[in-house]
Amino acid sequence: MRATPTAPREPLHVAGELLDNRRIGAHHHLTVVAPGIPERFRPGSFVAVSTDPQLLAPRAYWIHRLKTSGGYGATLELVVEPRGAGSSWLAAQPAGTRLAVSGPLGRPFALPTEPVDCLLVGEGYAAAPLFPLAERLRERGCPVSLVVAARDEAHLLSALEARRSARAVTVVTADGSVGRRGTVADVVEDALQRSGAAVVYATGALPTLHAVAAAAEHAGAWSQVALEQPVACGTGLCQGCAVPVVGEGGHTRQVRACHDGPVFRGDRVAWADLGVPG
Amino acid sequence: MTLELRNPVMVASGCGGTGRELAAFADLAVLGGFVTRSISVGARPGGPQPRVLETPSGLVHAVGLQNPGLDQFLALELPWLAQQRVAVFVSVVGRSLGEYAELARRIGLAPGVAGIEVNLSPPDVAGDGVFDVREPFHAASVVAAVRRELPRGLPVLAKLRTDLLRVAESARSVLEAGADAVVVGNALPAAMPDGRPAGLSGLAIRPLALRCVAEVLAADPAAPVIACGGIADTADARAALDLGAVGVQVGAALFRDPTTAARLAAALAHDPAPIEEETR
Repeated sequence: MRATPTAPREPLHVAGELLDNRRIGAHHHLTVVAPGIPERFRPGSFVAVSTDPQLLAPRAYWIHRLKTSGGYGATLELVVEPRGAGSSWLAAQPAGTRLAVSGPLGRPFALPTEPVDCLLVGEGYAAAPLFPLAERLRERGCPVSLVVAARDEAHLLSALEARRSARAVTVVTADGSVGRRGTVADVVEDALQRSGAAVVYATGALPTLHAVAAAAEHAGAWSQVALEQPVACGTGLCQGCAVPVVGEGGHTRQVRACHDGPVFRGDRVAWADLGVPG
Repeated sequence: MTLELRNPVMVASGCGGTGRELAAFADLAVLGGFVTRSISVGARPGGPQPRVLETPSGLVHAVGLQNPGLDQFLALELPWLAQQRVAVFVSVVGRSLGEYAELARRIGLAPGVAGIEVNLSPPDVAGDGVFDVREPFHAASVVAAVRRELPRGLPVLAKLRTDLLRVAESARSVLEAGADAVVVGNALPAAMPDGRPAGLSGLAIRPLALRCVAEVLAADPAAPVIACGGIADTADARAALDLGAVGVQVGAALFRDPTTAARLAAALAHDPAPIEEETR
Protein backbone atom coordinates (compact mmCIF):
# COMPACT_ATOMS: atom_id res chain seq x y z
CA MET A 1 0.00 0.00 0.00
CA ARG A 2 2.17 2.81 -1.18
CA ALA A 3 1.63 5.84 -3.31
CA THR A 4 2.51 5.28 -6.92
CA PRO A 5 4.93 7.76 -8.50
CA THR A 6 2.07 9.22 -10.50
CA ALA A 7 -0.23 9.71 -7.50
CA PRO A 8 -1.54 13.27 -7.16
CA ARG A 9 0.26 15.31 -4.53
CA GLU A 10 -2.23 18.11 -3.86
CA PRO A 11 -3.66 17.95 -0.34
CA LEU A 12 -7.35 17.36 0.29
CA HIS A 13 -9.85 18.50 2.90
CA VAL A 14 -12.19 15.60 3.57
CA ALA A 15 -14.88 14.43 5.95
CA GLY A 16 -13.22 11.56 7.78
CA GLU A 17 -14.16 9.12 10.49
CA LEU A 18 -12.38 7.75 13.52
CA LEU A 19 -12.37 3.99 13.02
CA ASP A 20 -10.39 2.87 16.04
CA ASN A 21 -8.83 4.45 19.12
CA ARG A 22 -6.36 2.32 21.06
CA ARG A 23 -4.33 3.42 24.04
CA ILE A 24 -0.73 2.21 23.92
CA GLY A 25 1.42 3.45 26.79
CA ALA A 26 1.05 7.21 27.05
CA HIS A 27 -0.17 7.50 23.46
CA HIS A 28 -3.39 6.92 21.59
CA HIS A 29 -3.12 5.24 18.22
CA LEU A 30 -6.01 6.46 16.08
CA THR A 31 -7.10 4.80 12.88
CA VAL A 32 -8.77 7.40 10.66
CA VAL A 33 -10.68 7.04 7.42
CA ALA A 34 -9.74 10.01 5.24
CA PRO A 35 -10.58 9.22 1.60
CA GLY A 36 -7.82 10.13 -0.84
CA ILE A 37 -5.23 11.14 1.71
CA PRO A 38 -3.44 7.79 2.21
CA GLU A 39 -2.82 7.56 -1.52
CA ARG A 40 -0.98 10.89 -1.39
CA PHE A 41 1.05 10.19 1.74
CA ARG A 42 4.84 10.41 1.84
CA PRO A 43 6.84 9.96 5.07
CA GLY A 44 7.19 13.25 6.94
CA SER A 45 3.92 14.69 5.71
CA PHE A 46 1.20 15.27 8.27
CA VAL A 47 -2.53 15.91 8.59
CA ALA A 48 -4.49 18.71 10.26
CA VAL A 49 -7.50 17.44 12.18
CA SER A 50 -10.33 19.60 13.46
CA THR A 51 -11.06 18.85 17.10
CA ASP A 52 -13.50 20.29 19.62
CA PRO A 53 -15.85 22.70 17.80
CA GLN A 54 -14.94 25.34 20.42
CA LEU A 55 -11.31 25.20 19.27
CA LEU A 56 -10.83 27.10 16.03
CA ALA A 57 -7.36 25.86 15.12
CA PRO A 58 -7.05 22.33 13.77
CA ARG A 59 -4.30 20.16 15.24
CA ALA A 60 -1.37 18.69 13.32
CA TYR A 61 -0.48 15.02 13.66
CA TRP A 62 2.22 12.87 12.10
CA ILE A 63 1.08 10.02 9.94
CA HIS A 64 2.54 6.92 11.54
CA ARG A 65 1.36 4.21 9.21
CA LEU A 66 -1.05 3.37 6.46
CA LYS A 67 -3.30 0.45 7.23
CA THR A 68 -5.82 -1.51 5.29
CA SER A 69 -9.06 -1.69 7.21
CA GLY A 70 -11.76 -4.01 5.93
CA GLY A 71 -14.30 -2.16 3.80
CA TYR A 72 -12.51 1.17 4.03
CA GLY A 73 -9.40 0.60 1.93
CA ALA A 74 -6.37 2.53 3.06
CA THR A 75 -6.64 4.34 6.38
CA LEU A 76 -4.26 6.53 8.38
CA GLU A 77 -2.79 5.72 11.76
CA LEU A 78 -2.00 8.78 13.85
CA VAL A 79 -0.16 8.85 17.16
CA VAL A 80 -1.64 11.30 19.65
CA GLU A 81 -0.19 12.18 23.04
CA PRO A 82 -2.95 13.90 25.05
CA ARG A 83 -1.33 17.13 26.23
CA GLY A 84 -3.42 20.19 25.38
CA ALA A 85 -7.11 20.82 24.84
CA GLY A 86 -7.16 19.57 21.23
CA SER A 87 -5.13 16.39 21.65
CA SER A 88 -6.98 15.51 24.85
CA TRP A 89 -10.32 15.97 23.07
CA LEU A 90 -9.21 13.83 20.14
CA ALA A 91 -7.76 11.08 22.35
CA ALA A 92 -11.08 10.86 24.19
CA GLN A 93 -13.24 10.36 21.09
CA PRO A 94 -14.86 6.98 20.46
CA ALA A 95 -14.82 5.06 17.20
CA GLY A 96 -17.38 6.49 14.81
CA THR A 97 -16.59 10.15 15.53
CA ARG A 98 -16.62 12.25 12.38
CA LEU A 99 -13.47 14.29 11.84
CA ALA A 100 -12.58 16.91 9.24
CA VAL A 101 -9.09 16.11 7.98
CA SER A 102 -6.76 18.13 5.73
CA GLY A 103 -3.75 16.44 4.25
CA PRO A 104 -1.26 15.27 3.52
CA LEU A 105 0.41 18.57 4.34
CA GLY A 106 3.97 19.83 4.25
CA ARG A 107 7.14 18.87 2.48
CA PRO A 108 8.11 15.32 3.40
CA PHE A 109 11.55 13.78 3.95
CA ALA A 110 13.79 13.78 0.89
CA LEU A 111 15.11 10.34 0.06
CA PRO A 112 18.69 9.71 -1.04
CA THR A 113 19.15 8.66 -4.65
CA GLU A 114 22.04 6.35 -3.73
CA PRO A 115 21.85 3.39 -1.31
CA VAL A 116 23.68 5.14 1.54
CA ASP A 117 23.63 4.42 5.26
CA CYS A 118 20.94 6.36 7.12
CA LEU A 119 20.43 7.12 10.80
CA LEU A 120 16.90 7.89 12.01
CA VAL A 121 16.45 9.65 15.36
CA GLY A 122 12.99 9.97 16.89
CA GLU A 123 11.77 11.25 20.22
CA GLY A 124 8.46 10.35 21.86
CA TYR A 125 5.34 10.35 19.68
CA ALA A 126 7.25 12.40 17.10
CA ALA A 127 9.11 9.23 16.10
CA ALA A 128 5.90 8.21 14.28
CA PRO A 129 6.89 9.24 10.72
CA LEU A 130 10.26 7.48 10.97
CA PHE A 131 8.76 4.02 10.64
CA PRO A 132 7.30 4.48 7.16
CA LEU A 133 10.48 6.39 6.30
CA ALA A 134 12.60 3.41 7.34
CA GLU A 135 10.48 1.23 5.08
CA ARG A 136 11.01 3.53 2.08
CA LEU A 137 14.73 3.72 2.74
CA ARG A 138 15.07 -0.04 2.94
CA GLU A 139 13.22 -0.35 -0.36
CA ARG A 140 15.94 1.83 -1.84
CA GLY A 141 18.67 -0.37 -0.40
CA CYS A 142 19.68 2.10 2.31
CA PRO A 143 20.81 0.37 5.53
CA VAL A 144 18.86 1.98 8.39
CA SER A 145 19.93 2.50 12.00
CA LEU A 146 17.52 3.90 14.56
CA VAL A 147 17.68 5.87 17.77
CA VAL A 148 14.36 6.01 19.63
CA ALA A 149 14.14 8.22 22.68
CA ALA A 150 11.55 9.26 25.25
CA ARG A 151 11.30 10.46 28.79
CA ASP A 152 10.15 7.02 30.00
CA GLU A 153 8.97 3.66 28.72
CA ALA A 154 5.35 4.75 28.40
CA HIS A 155 6.29 7.55 26.01
CA LEU A 156 8.53 5.37 23.87
CA LEU A 157 6.99 4.67 20.49
CA SER A 158 7.03 1.13 19.17
CA ALA A 159 10.44 -0.03 20.41
CA LEU A 160 9.63 -3.57 19.33
CA GLU A 161 8.63 -2.47 15.88
CA ALA A 162 11.83 -0.43 15.72
CA ARG A 163 13.87 -3.58 16.11
CA ARG A 164 12.12 -5.06 13.10
CA SER A 165 12.66 -1.93 11.01
CA ALA A 166 16.36 -1.40 11.43
CA ARG A 167 19.64 -3.25 11.55
CA ALA A 168 20.71 -1.43 14.73
CA VAL A 169 18.51 0.21 17.34
CA THR A 170 19.53 2.41 20.25
CA VAL A 171 16.87 3.02 22.89
CA VAL A 172 17.37 5.87 25.31
CA THR A 173 15.06 7.13 28.06
CA ALA A 174 15.52 10.06 30.40
CA ASP A 175 14.62 7.99 33.46
CA GLY A 176 16.49 4.86 32.36
CA SER A 177 13.31 2.75 32.53
CA VAL A 178 14.30 1.06 29.25
CA GLY A 179 17.49 1.18 27.21
CA ARG A 180 20.21 3.63 28.10
CA ARG A 181 19.57 6.44 30.54
CA GLY A 182 20.01 9.85 28.95
CA THR A 183 18.96 11.93 25.99
CA VAL A 184 19.44 11.90 22.24
CA ALA A 185 22.28 14.39 22.63
CA ASP A 186 24.16 11.83 24.76
CA VAL A 187 24.04 9.06 22.17
CA VAL A 188 23.79 10.67 18.75
CA GLU A 189 27.51 11.10 18.07
CA ASP A 190 28.20 7.49 18.93
CA ALA A 191 25.25 6.31 16.83
CA LEU A 192 26.47 8.39 13.89
CA GLN A 193 29.93 6.94 14.14
CA ARG A 194 28.76 3.34 14.44
CA SER A 195 26.23 3.60 11.62
CA GLY A 196 28.58 5.47 9.31
CA ALA A 197 25.46 7.34 8.19
CA ALA A 198 25.65 9.79 5.32
CA VAL A 199 22.14 11.07 6.03
CA VAL A 200 20.49 11.64 9.41
CA TYR A 201 16.73 12.13 9.82
CA ALA A 202 15.37 13.47 13.09
CA THR A 203 12.02 14.21 14.71
CA GLY A 204 11.36 15.50 18.21
CA ALA A 205 11.73 18.60 20.36
CA LEU A 206 13.75 21.57 19.10
CA PRO A 207 16.80 21.03 21.38
CA THR A 208 16.93 17.41 20.23
CA LEU A 209 16.77 18.40 16.58
CA HIS A 210 19.48 20.99 17.10
CA ALA A 211 21.73 18.43 18.80
CA VAL A 212 21.24 16.02 15.90
CA ALA A 213 21.87 18.70 13.28
CA ALA A 214 25.05 19.82 15.04
CA ALA A 215 26.34 16.26 15.42
CA ALA A 216 25.59 15.54 11.76
CA GLU A 217 27.40 18.65 10.62
CA HIS A 218 30.37 17.69 12.77
CA ALA A 219 30.42 14.20 11.27
CA GLY A 220 30.07 15.50 7.71
CA ALA A 221 26.58 13.99 7.24
CA TRP A 222 23.45 15.57 5.77
CA SER A 223 20.67 16.10 8.27
CA GLN A 224 16.94 16.48 7.72
CA VAL A 225 14.96 17.59 10.73
CA ALA A 226 11.17 17.64 11.07
CA LEU A 227 10.15 20.68 13.08
CA GLU A 228 7.01 20.77 15.15
CA GLN A 229 5.72 24.28 15.61
CA PRO A 230 2.27 25.12 16.94
CA VAL A 231 0.11 25.76 13.88
CA ALA A 232 -3.20 27.53 13.50
CA CYS A 233 -3.97 26.10 10.07
CA GLY A 234 -1.34 23.62 8.87
CA THR A 235 -1.94 24.66 5.27
CA GLY A 236 0.30 27.73 4.96
CA LEU A 237 -2.46 30.32 5.14
CA CYS A 238 -2.00 31.92 8.54
CA GLN A 239 1.75 32.71 8.64
CA GLY A 240 1.75 31.67 12.29
CA CYS A 241 4.48 29.01 12.32
CA ALA A 242 7.45 31.08 11.17
CA VAL A 243 10.83 29.34 11.11
CA PRO A 244 14.03 31.33 10.44
CA VAL A 245 16.20 29.63 7.83
CA VAL A 246 19.50 30.64 6.30
CA GLY A 247 19.17 30.98 2.53
CA GLU A 248 21.74 30.34 -0.19
CA GLY A 249 22.97 33.91 0.09
CA GLY A 250 23.64 33.57 3.81
CA HIS A 251 20.82 35.83 4.91
CA THR A 252 18.07 34.66 7.26
CA ARG A 253 14.46 34.65 6.14
CA GLN A 254 11.20 33.49 7.66
CA VAL A 255 9.47 30.48 6.15
CA ARG A 256 6.49 28.47 7.32
CA ALA A 257 7.02 25.24 9.26
CA CYS A 258 3.78 23.78 7.90
CA HIS A 259 4.08 24.62 4.22
CA ASP A 260 7.79 25.09 3.53
CA GLY A 261 8.59 22.34 6.10
CA PRO A 262 8.04 20.53 8.37
CA VAL A 263 11.23 18.88 7.10
CA PHE A 264 14.23 21.21 6.80
CA ARG A 265 17.92 20.71 6.22
CA GLY A 266 19.41 20.84 9.70
CA ASP A 267 22.22 23.15 8.61
CA ARG A 268 19.73 25.66 7.19
CA VAL A 269 17.70 26.28 10.35
CA ALA A 270 18.75 29.41 12.24
CA TRP A 271 18.63 27.64 15.60
CA ALA A 272 19.75 30.64 17.64
CA ASP A 273 16.88 32.73 16.19
CA LEU A 274 14.48 29.96 17.21
CA GLY A 275 15.55 30.39 20.81
CA VAL A 276 17.50 27.12 20.95
CA PRO A 277 20.74 27.53 22.91
CA GLY A 278 23.74 26.95 20.68
CA MET B 1 -18.25 53.74 -10.08
CA THR B 2 -19.89 50.92 -8.23
CA LEU B 3 -18.30 47.71 -7.08
CA GLU B 4 -19.58 44.63 -8.86
CA LEU B 5 -18.76 41.20 -7.50
CA ARG B 6 -19.37 38.03 -9.47
CA ASN B 7 -20.14 36.32 -6.20
CA PRO B 8 -20.56 37.91 -2.77
CA VAL B 9 -17.97 35.68 -1.10
CA MET B 10 -14.38 36.89 -0.91
CA VAL B 11 -11.25 35.66 0.84
CA ALA B 12 -10.17 38.13 3.54
CA SER B 13 -6.73 39.68 3.54
CA GLY B 14 -4.03 37.71 5.27
CA CYS B 15 -6.07 34.50 5.36
CA GLY B 16 -5.50 33.09 1.88
CA GLY B 17 -1.72 32.95 1.86
CA THR B 18 -0.28 33.73 -1.55
CA GLY B 19 -3.32 32.05 -3.11
CA ARG B 20 -1.43 28.94 -4.14
CA GLU B 21 -1.94 27.28 -0.75
CA LEU B 22 -5.68 27.84 -0.93
CA ALA B 23 -5.89 26.83 -4.59
CA ALA B 24 -4.76 23.34 -3.58
CA PHE B 25 -8.13 22.91 -1.87
CA ALA B 26 -10.55 24.96 -3.96
CA ASP B 27 -10.84 26.67 -7.33
CA LEU B 28 -10.32 30.37 -6.70
CA ALA B 29 -12.40 31.20 -9.77
CA VAL B 30 -15.64 30.37 -7.93
CA LEU B 31 -15.02 33.25 -5.52
CA GLY B 32 -16.19 36.82 -5.73
CA GLY B 33 -12.68 38.01 -4.98
CA PHE B 34 -9.35 37.19 -3.44
CA VAL B 35 -7.75 39.79 -1.20
CA THR B 36 -4.00 39.38 -0.80
CA ARG B 37 -2.14 39.73 2.46
CA SER B 38 -1.21 43.35 3.05
CA ILE B 39 1.68 44.42 0.83
CA SER B 40 4.08 47.18 1.88
CA VAL B 41 6.66 49.00 -0.25
CA GLY B 42 9.56 47.27 1.49
CA ALA B 43 9.58 43.68 2.75
CA ARG B 44 8.42 43.10 6.33
CA PRO B 45 9.90 40.07 8.15
CA GLY B 46 7.00 39.84 10.58
CA GLY B 47 7.03 39.45 14.33
CA PRO B 48 8.62 36.92 16.68
CA GLN B 49 7.07 33.67 17.89
CA PRO B 50 4.54 32.94 19.15
CA ARG B 51 2.53 34.57 16.40
CA VAL B 52 -0.83 32.83 16.65
CA LEU B 53 -2.51 31.47 19.77
CA GLU B 54 -5.92 29.97 20.32
CA THR B 55 -8.45 31.66 22.54
CA PRO B 56 -12.02 30.57 23.26
CA SER B 57 -13.77 30.52 19.86
CA GLY B 58 -11.01 32.58 18.30
CA LEU B 59 -7.40 33.18 17.47
CA VAL B 60 -5.15 35.92 18.72
CA HIS B 61 -2.41 36.76 16.26
CA ALA B 62 0.60 39.04 15.91
CA VAL B 63 2.07 38.17 12.52
CA GLY B 64 3.25 41.74 11.99
CA LEU B 65 2.13 42.10 8.37
CA GLN B 66 4.85 39.78 7.08
CA ASN B 67 5.12 40.19 3.32
CA PRO B 68 7.83 40.15 0.66
CA GLY B 69 7.47 43.80 -0.32
CA LEU B 70 6.04 45.34 -3.47
CA ASP B 71 8.78 44.36 -5.95
CA GLN B 72 8.76 40.68 -5.00
CA PHE B 73 4.97 40.62 -4.85
CA LEU B 74 4.62 42.08 -8.35
CA ALA B 75 7.29 39.78 -9.73
CA LEU B 76 6.45 36.48 -8.07
CA GLU B 77 2.99 36.38 -6.53
CA LEU B 78 0.70 38.58 -8.57
CA PRO B 79 1.33 37.01 -12.02
CA TRP B 80 0.19 33.62 -10.76
CA LEU B 81 -2.86 35.06 -8.99
CA ALA B 82 -3.82 37.02 -12.09
CA GLN B 83 -4.11 33.78 -14.04
CA GLN B 84 -6.64 32.23 -11.68
CA ARG B 85 -9.74 33.89 -13.16
CA VAL B 86 -10.53 35.47 -9.80
CA ALA B 87 -10.87 39.17 -9.04
CA VAL B 88 -7.61 40.00 -7.24
CA PHE B 89 -7.73 42.83 -4.73
CA VAL B 90 -4.31 43.80 -3.47
CA SER B 91 -4.32 44.84 0.17
CA VAL B 92 -1.86 47.64 0.88
CA VAL B 93 -0.34 49.11 4.01
CA GLY B 94 2.10 52.00 4.19
CA ARG B 95 4.30 54.07 6.46
CA SER B 96 3.26 57.37 4.89
CA LEU B 97 0.83 58.89 2.44
CA GLY B 98 3.66 58.84 -0.10
CA GLU B 99 4.04 55.09 0.28
CA TYR B 100 0.31 54.57 -0.19
CA ALA B 101 0.48 56.64 -3.36
CA GLU B 102 3.44 54.63 -4.65
CA LEU B 103 1.69 51.34 -3.88
CA ALA B 104 -1.44 52.47 -5.72
CA ARG B 105 0.47 53.82 -8.70
CA ARG B 106 2.50 50.67 -9.27
CA ILE B 107 -0.23 48.15 -8.46
CA GLY B 108 -2.69 50.06 -10.62
CA LEU B 109 -0.43 49.52 -13.62
CA ALA B 110 0.06 45.79 -13.00
CA PRO B 111 -1.98 43.47 -15.19
CA GLY B 112 -4.63 41.30 -13.56
CA VAL B 113 -5.52 43.54 -10.63
CA ALA B 114 -9.25 44.04 -9.94
CA GLY B 115 -8.77 46.66 -7.26
CA ILE B 116 -6.99 47.75 -4.10
CA GLU B 117 -8.04 47.20 -0.52
CA VAL B 118 -6.54 49.77 1.82
CA ASN B 119 -5.75 48.23 5.19
CA LEU B 120 -6.87 51.01 7.53
CA SER B 121 -7.09 48.82 10.59
CA PRO B 122 -4.06 46.61 11.27
CA PRO B 123 -4.72 45.63 14.89
CA ASP B 124 -1.26 44.50 15.90
CA VAL B 125 1.17 47.08 14.54
CA ALA B 126 0.04 50.49 15.77
CA GLY B 127 3.16 52.64 15.84
CA ASP B 128 5.27 49.93 14.23
CA GLY B 129 6.16 51.53 10.93
CA VAL B 130 2.54 51.91 9.82
CA PHE B 131 0.84 55.23 9.09
CA ASP B 132 -1.56 55.96 11.94
CA VAL B 133 -5.09 55.89 10.59
CA ARG B 134 -7.09 55.71 13.78
CA GLU B 135 -8.66 59.09 13.09
CA PRO B 136 -11.28 58.96 10.31
CA PHE B 137 -9.66 62.10 8.86
CA HIS B 138 -6.36 60.25 8.41
CA ALA B 139 -8.09 57.21 6.95
CA ALA B 140 -9.77 59.47 4.43
CA SER B 141 -6.41 61.03 3.52
CA VAL B 142 -5.00 57.60 2.75
CA VAL B 143 -8.00 56.65 0.62
CA ALA B 144 -7.79 59.94 -1.27
CA ALA B 145 -4.08 59.39 -1.94
CA VAL B 146 -4.75 55.89 -3.28
CA ARG B 147 -7.76 57.00 -5.32
CA ARG B 148 -5.76 59.77 -6.98
CA GLU B 149 -3.08 57.37 -8.21
CA LEU B 150 -5.34 54.51 -9.30
CA PRO B 151 -6.89 54.27 -12.79
CA ARG B 152 -10.58 55.18 -12.68
CA GLY B 153 -11.79 51.71 -13.54
CA LEU B 154 -10.18 50.09 -10.51
CA PRO B 155 -12.18 50.14 -7.28
CA VAL B 156 -10.78 51.05 -3.87
CA LEU B 157 -11.98 49.07 -0.86
CA ALA B 158 -11.36 50.64 2.53
CA LYS B 159 -10.98 48.14 5.37
CA LEU B 160 -12.14 49.69 8.63
CA ARG B 161 -11.58 48.65 12.21
CA THR B 162 -14.43 47.15 14.22
CA ASP B 163 -14.62 50.25 16.40
CA LEU B 164 -18.31 50.41 17.17
CA LEU B 165 -18.24 54.04 18.26
CA ARG B 166 -16.59 55.39 15.14
CA VAL B 167 -17.18 52.90 12.36
CA ALA B 168 -20.07 54.81 10.79
CA GLU B 169 -18.08 58.04 10.85
CA SER B 170 -15.06 56.28 9.37
CA ALA B 171 -17.18 54.77 6.62
CA ARG B 172 -18.63 58.14 5.66
CA SER B 173 -15.17 59.71 5.61
CA VAL B 174 -13.57 57.13 3.35
CA LEU B 175 -16.55 56.92 1.00
CA GLU B 176 -16.48 60.70 0.61
CA ALA B 177 -12.73 60.43 -0.05
CA GLY B 178 -13.35 58.11 -2.98
CA ALA B 179 -13.62 54.57 -1.64
CA ASP B 180 -15.94 52.39 -3.72
CA ALA B 181 -16.82 50.15 -0.79
CA VAL B 182 -16.00 49.71 2.87
CA VAL B 183 -14.92 46.43 4.40
CA VAL B 184 -16.27 46.18 7.95
CA GLY B 185 -14.15 45.12 9.70
CA ASN B 186 -10.83 43.70 10.75
CA ALA B 187 -9.50 41.73 13.70
CA LEU B 188 -10.19 43.35 17.06
CA PRO B 189 -7.26 44.96 18.85
CA ALA B 190 -6.03 42.47 21.44
CA ALA B 191 -2.82 41.40 23.14
CA MET B 192 -0.66 38.30 23.30
CA PRO B 193 -0.14 36.93 26.83
CA ASP B 194 3.15 38.86 27.06
CA GLY B 195 1.39 42.12 26.24
CA ARG B 196 2.47 42.46 22.61
CA PRO B 197 -0.20 44.15 20.45
CA ALA B 198 -2.20 41.54 18.56
CA GLY B 199 -5.49 40.98 16.77
CA LEU B 200 -8.41 38.77 17.75
CA SER B 201 -10.22 36.92 14.96
CA GLY B 202 -12.67 34.11 14.51
CA LEU B 203 -16.14 33.24 15.74
CA ALA B 204 -15.52 35.21 18.94
CA ILE B 205 -15.75 38.55 17.09
CA ARG B 206 -18.72 37.74 14.86
CA PRO B 207 -21.47 39.52 16.81
CA LEU B 208 -19.43 42.71 17.16
CA ALA B 209 -18.49 42.72 13.48
CA LEU B 210 -22.15 42.29 12.57
CA ARG B 211 -23.10 45.18 14.83
CA CYS B 212 -20.54 47.38 13.07
CA VAL B 213 -22.02 46.44 9.70
CA ALA B 214 -25.47 47.33 11.04
CA GLU B 215 -24.23 50.70 12.36
CA VAL B 216 -22.74 51.69 9.00
CA LEU B 217 -25.89 50.69 7.13
CA ALA B 218 -28.15 52.39 9.65
CA ALA B 219 -26.27 55.65 9.08
CA ASP B 220 -26.21 55.23 5.30
CA PRO B 221 -28.43 52.49 3.87
CA ALA B 222 -26.85 52.97 0.44
CA ALA B 223 -23.28 52.43 1.65
CA PRO B 224 -21.55 49.56 -0.20
CA VAL B 225 -20.49 47.37 2.72
CA ILE B 226 -18.53 44.14 2.66
CA ALA B 227 -18.87 42.32 5.97
CA CYS B 228 -15.84 40.66 7.53
CA GLY B 229 -15.32 39.10 10.93
CA GLY B 230 -16.20 35.62 12.18
CA ILE B 231 -18.04 34.52 9.05
CA ALA B 232 -17.83 30.73 8.87
CA ASP B 233 -21.07 29.40 7.43
CA THR B 234 -24.00 30.30 5.23
CA ALA B 235 -26.09 31.55 8.12
CA ASP B 236 -23.37 34.07 9.01
CA ALA B 237 -23.07 35.21 5.41
CA ARG B 238 -26.85 35.53 5.01
CA ALA B 239 -27.15 37.53 8.19
CA ALA B 240 -24.74 40.12 6.80
CA LEU B 241 -26.28 40.11 3.30
CA ASP B 242 -29.80 40.42 4.73
CA LEU B 243 -28.69 43.54 6.59
CA GLY B 244 -27.75 45.03 3.25
CA ALA B 245 -24.09 44.10 2.81
CA VAL B 246 -23.04 43.59 -0.82
CA GLY B 247 -20.46 40.97 0.04
CA VAL B 248 -18.75 39.02 2.79
CA GLN B 249 -15.12 38.16 3.43
CA VAL B 250 -14.11 34.85 4.96
CA GLY B 251 -10.96 34.83 7.07
CA ALA B 252 -10.02 32.71 10.06
CA ALA B 253 -12.60 30.03 9.16
CA LEU B 254 -10.25 29.07 6.32
CA PHE B 255 -7.69 27.94 8.87
CA ARG B 256 -10.09 25.32 10.15
CA ASP B 257 -11.46 24.38 6.75
CA PRO B 258 -9.65 25.72 3.66
CA THR B 259 -12.71 24.98 1.52
CA THR B 260 -15.00 27.31 3.51
CA ALA B 261 -15.07 30.24 1.08
CA ALA B 262 -15.64 28.06 -1.96
CA ARG B 263 -18.43 26.16 -0.20
CA LEU B 264 -20.12 29.38 0.85
CA ALA B 265 -19.83 30.78 -2.67
CA ALA B 266 -21.45 27.66 -4.09
CA ALA B 267 -24.15 27.61 -1.44
CA LEU B 268 -25.11 31.25 -1.94
CA ALA B 269 -25.05 30.95 -5.70
CA HIS B 270 -27.11 27.82 -6.14
CA ASP B 271 -29.07 26.99 -3.05
CA PRO B 272 -31.33 29.42 -1.25
CA ALA B 273 -31.53 27.10 1.75
CA PRO B 274 -28.70 26.92 4.28
CA ILE B 275 -26.36 24.00 3.73
CA GLU B 276 -25.28 21.66 6.48
CA GLU B 277 -22.06 22.81 8.07
CA GLU B 278 -20.26 19.58 8.79
CA THR B 279 -16.97 20.99 9.88
CA ARG B 280 -18.13 23.91 11.92
